[in-house]
Amino acid sequence: MKKLLIWLPLALFLLVFALVVNGMIEPSDRLVRSAMVGKPLPDLRLSPILADKPGIDTSDWPKGKPRLLNVFASWCIPCVAEAPQLLKLRKAGAEIDAIAVRDSTPDVQAFLARNGDPYSRIGDDHAMRAQLALGSSGVPETFVIDSRGVIVDQHIGDVRAEDVPKLLAALEKAK
Amino acid sequence: MIAEAGLAALWLATAFAIAQLMLGAAAARAVDPVVLLPGVRRIALVQALFALLAFLILIWLFVTSDMSVLLVAENSHSQKPMLYKVAGAWGNHEGSMLLWVTVLAVAGAGVALFERRLVAETLSATLAAQAAIAIGFYAFLAFASNPFARLNPAPADGQGLNPLLQDPGLAFHPPTLYLGYVGLSVAFSFAVAALLMRDVGPAFAKAMRPWVLAAWIFLTIGITAGSYWAYYELGWGGWWFWDPVENASLMPWLAATALLHSVNVLATRDGLRAWTLMLAVVAFSMSMVGTFLVRSGILVSVHAFAVDPTRGSFLLALLGLYIGGALALFGARVGTVTQGATFQLVSREAALVLNNLLLSVILGVVLIGTLYPLVAQAMGVQLSIGAPFFEKTAVPIALFLVAGTAAGPLLRWRKDSAQALLSRLTIPVAITGVTFALFFAMTGFASPIAVLVLALAFGLAAASIAPLWKRKLRRTPLPIYGMVVAHLGIAVSLAGMAADTLFKQERLAAVAIGDNLAVGPFKVTLAEVRPTVGPNWSAMEARLQVQRGAGAPFELLPQQRFFANPPTNTSETAIATLWDGQVYTVLGASDASGRWQLRLWWKPFVTLIWAGGGLIALGGMLSLLGRVLRGRRDARAQEEWA
Repeated sequence: MKKLLIWLPLALFLLVFALVVNGMIEPSDRLVRSAMVGKPLPDLRLSPILADKPGIDTSDWPKGKPRLLNVFASWCIPCVAEAPQLLKLRKAGAEIDAIAVRDSTPDVQAFLARNGDPYSRIGDDHAMRAQLALGSSGVPETFVIDSRGVIVDQHIGDVRAEDVPKLLAALEKAK
Repeated sequence: MIAEAGLAALWLATAFAIAQLMLGAAAARAVDPVVLLPGVRRIALVQALFALLAFLILIWLFVTSDMSVLLVAENSHSQKPMLYKVAGAWGNHEGSMLLWVTVLAVAGAGVALFERRLVAETLSATLAAQAAIAIGFYAFLAFASNPFARLNPAPADGQGLNPLLQDPGLAFHPPTLYLGYVGLSVAFSFAVAALLMRDVGPAFAKAMRPWVLAAWIFLTIGITAGSYWAYYELGWGGWWFWDPVENASLMPWLAATALLHSVNVLATRDGLRAWTLMLAVVAFSMSMVGTFLVRSGILVSVHAFAVDPTRGSFLLALLGLYIGGALALFGARVGTVTQGATFQLVSREAALVLNNLLLSVILGVVLIGTLYPLVAQAMGVQLSIGAPFFEKTAVPIALFLVAGTAAGPLLRWRKDSAQALLSRLTIPVAITGVTFALFFAMTGFASPIAVLVLALAFGLAAASIAPLWKRKLRRTPLPIYGMVVAHLGIAVSLAGMAADTLFKQERLAAVAIGDNLAVGPFKVTLAEVRPTVGPNWSAMEARLQVQRGAGAPFELLPQQRFFANPPTNTSETAIATLWDGQVYTVLGASDASGRWQLRLWWKPFVTLIWAGGGLIALGGMLSLLGRVLRGRRDARAQEEWA
């Protein structure tokens, strides 16, 4: 037993060494995609950040129709840039829910007053827990949730004009 | 010509390293090693001088902006401030590797010059081992990372240094870390020599101890400075990101901390022989793994600025050779190392074993967390491991470690009673209990772990000064003071971390000129945003008026900087340090309607984190001073005897 123990460090090192060699042979993709794509929504219970709009509660997720879940913040300048595209998506019939990251009620109110309000529901994610649970690494990000409540796609960064038809197609496919 | 002289110095250093390896190995096997040893010592010294010369020549090339040298042209610019021209010499891959190997050679020369306690065979073997490591890294420089390569034709001017690196903090924290990383090579060489010569005992431990201490001090300072640099330079308001490169500096520190404690057991009580050898090998191995992680760019990190598969594979081969070799030697030889002195379950030794085990577990967790993306990749999954993993795994173990740190120094060597320990711990335990109740009442369930950390910090502070209780303060040896100060530093640092988690206030907003924001007890007004220029950058600078209650208002000037060479944007934070914490401000992007993104934090007592780091290093210095003075006194006494 003790004999084996003595060789354990070397064995562990060789294991790590093999892993590293493997990692060197296959250089990784630097963009971190969420591991949650393809899985059902994680359990989220976010209180409403605005008095007149519901928050996000995945135990009570409206199924039957695919939806977008937009991770945003009032302090985020790219979120201002994507706001017109979200309004376009909304006009085209997309249901958009949102998670406000590290934000406050008056700031979100002012943001929506200035940039328009495409959202059906907005959850307050002050501690960034929901963002993390979704596997989102920044703001803004937009997830496509299918009619059964499964995450089917993730859009990283602001939604540009050319992304609107792609997202609409993804929603169509997710029915 | 000067660049060629640098390359020549590097080759000469390599030649002397080969000579040092051969003569050192011969001396270790010789019948009368005392004859050969002075020669080995001199060769080690000459090797270090040539390495140092090569490094100084590289600095000279950067200072004179010699653009015919590829490295200078790629990483410097004639318009750069002098400090960053000098720092530019090691702010890149080739230069930092040259610094690495220079420190390695200088540390070897230090052993050759000052080490008098070891027997001649073991010392010769140590110097041979040190040379063997150096040869590999000289080869790496010569064949895969030549810092003196020419560029023909020479460009009119260079491409500049990455602006993130143009900061006094970055000019100095990497060299400090390198002194620590590479200083541990001495412990590694000592361990290899001890295994080869089957010479493990208190004399060996006493010889190794000052080197471990010195390396550990540099690591502590380097990590503390690096953490503060990341805190104010990156502008994310955090002070530790569990980034692979930060972990790469933390892992050798954890191993060195464990080694520091186990080497004391070996020196004082002749226990933990095999374990101490293992830690000495692991500590420097972690340094090499760290260097590899940074230099190969295999893991995604803000620090990985040399993504190059050839270099990566070369370093990996060296790593396999040295770490694999040392561990194989350990496996083959450690069975012949006889067991040292034993001890009871409740004793200072047992507490130190507990310390070592917990530090090793934390080290293992950090290593797994850092390398897990590679495991996942091997199974075809892409992922990254963030702070939540480390906070859930390493932090709870660290809490036990803190409790052990409080109890350990209050135990006697060899044998003690649990009851006596409990009575000595009454006051610290009471303090922990009371502070826990107090802060829990203040903050509730927001973060019970942070409350526990804060309470333990208070308890540890009380326990760490307890060893001075009833001692004659003037006759207490310096290493005891060192331990007290270092343990107190841990308490101070923990208190800062917990206070930052529990009490920090954050405000993120897009605001127009003239708007007010409240953060914690402060009112912050965005008075104006104006253009401003520096030596090699221009910036948009926000003038923030900050006022606490009815107190005197002060100004903070965070900037968005634009560097022309190379074209880059950085945010320069503006931080006000007050007696009870810091106001931290960052200016972000602007939108079309003239609103600016502002990030404000009020961080009560956050400064304690780095003050604690400073205390830990100071404790190490006191201890080192005590050991060195004691060593010289012993040597003098021995001479008088003879």
